[in-house]
Amino acid sequence: MRILAGLETQTSGTVEIARADPTRPLNSMVFQDHSLFPWLTVLDNAAFGLEMRGVPRAERRERTRSLLDAVGLTRFCDHYPHQLSGGMKQRVSLVRAFVTDPEVLLMDEPFAALDAQNRVLLQDELVRIWEGSGKTVVYITHSIDEALVLGDRIIVMTSSPGQLKEMIPVDFPRPRNIFQIRARPEFGAVSARIWNILELEVMKAREGQR
Amino acid sequence: MRWGIDLLTTENKERLLSIASPAALLAAWQLLSWAGALDPRFIPSPIGIGEAGYALIRSGELAHHVSISLLRILAGFLIGAVPGILVGLAMGTSRWVRAAVDPLVAALFPIPKISLLPLIMLYLGIGEASKIALVALGVVFLVLINSMAGVLAIDPIHFDVARNYGAPRYKLWTRVVIPGALPMIFVGMRLGIGVAFIVIVAAEFVAARSGIGYLIWTSWETLRIENMFVGIITITILGVATTLLLREIERVAMPWRRERV
Repeated sequence: MRILAGLETQTSGTVEIARADPTRPLNSMVFQDHSLFPWLTVLDNAAFGLEMRGVPRAERRERTRSLLDAVGLTRFCDHYPHQLSGGMKQRVSLVRAFVTDPEVLLMDEPFAALDAQNRVLLQDELVRIWEGSGKTVVYITHSIDEALVLGDRIIVMTSSPGQLKEMIPVDFPRPRNIFQIRARPEFGAVSARIWNILELEVMKAREGQR
Repeated sequence: MRWGIDLLTTENKERLLSIASPAALLAAWQLLSWAGALDPRFIPSPIGIGEAGYALIRSGELAHHVSISLLRILAGFLIGAVPGILVGLAMGTSRWVRAAVDPLVAALFPIPKISLLPLIMLYLGIGEASKIALVALGVVFLVLINSMAGVLAIDPIHFDVARNYGAPRYKLWTRVVIPGALPMIFVGMRLGIGVAFIVIVAAEFVAARSGIGYLIWTSWETLRIENMFVGIITITILGVATTLLLREIERVAMPWRRERV
């Protein structure tokens, strides 16, 4: 993911991303925890990507504000990150990435540090603001449940060295209601199948540690 | 009687006590002086010191010494702090700059700056320049080291975010490096101000015809003990005042930390 995000250069191989509109940023990343700047307000944090791309102040504020509205943070525009809960912080990160309208959205376990309730709420919000945008999202998670609820294709990776092990299509229809998906009978079956693949890898990783 | 209860909250009691204890000490000191228990040649009474201070204020002498010392401190502080911040930030952001400058800092920082006074006077003469240079030398390393530490303390994820969102170089500085290092820059400046006072008074002892240090030293030579005390108390007041001023600047410069300070 760090190679995709341009934060590291690959030692071999190539990265190819189909680009529809060269004026849009190639990718924007939603990082794990603590990625908001403590010294910027919520609005400035969320508008950071636009500011870096030279979007004029008035325009970037307007665009950012409307997305902050969508995730219920209107009242917190002038707050600083330390005044927000973990869930609210990750909402701001989400807005920061979305508002730049990137070709690809990279998400590196964005909700891993949240409590169970907040995680579900944010998954729901992610699906809501993503649906209709049609963006490619590359999403890393350790949660099978999260992968199934959000994903269209799940790629199971091997333990180190990380390689593609298996690709599993997820056929739940869209638009999705992430609460109803969990109740479907196929959900349990696919979940069990993925776990079987993973279990082997987990065992191998444990062997490697000994 | 609700009044009495409301006023004597724990907080107010604390405040009262923190005023009462130095006041009691002063009163005891004055009483001992009146009782003749303290030899006025060595320890003048608080009222005696107050009178001497008043005389120095009325004659304009105190204002003259204070303004000269403050000017030297201000000039030296600016000349030391500005390059200190810039080089410190550069060291924090670039490992190459760090590798080049670090050994110099390690070698020069521990030198007691006052020991350089004769050398500096040799180069810059006995005028204002040598005193200002000495203050600058005392300030620069503290600010530099803390500014560098400030950059190094920034969470690496913030640099990742800036890179991923394509931050141009100047934005990296104005949005990440400078605000991220600001708390430590202020720590360096606070320490620097303290050292500036120490250095300037010491320099004025031996190599000046004006300034608070000079006032204290001449009072010693002429055995005007009250004036010595006036000089020392003046420095105390100036030190507290500059610290408060710096704290206020900090509050304005770092709005995101207001609730925590």
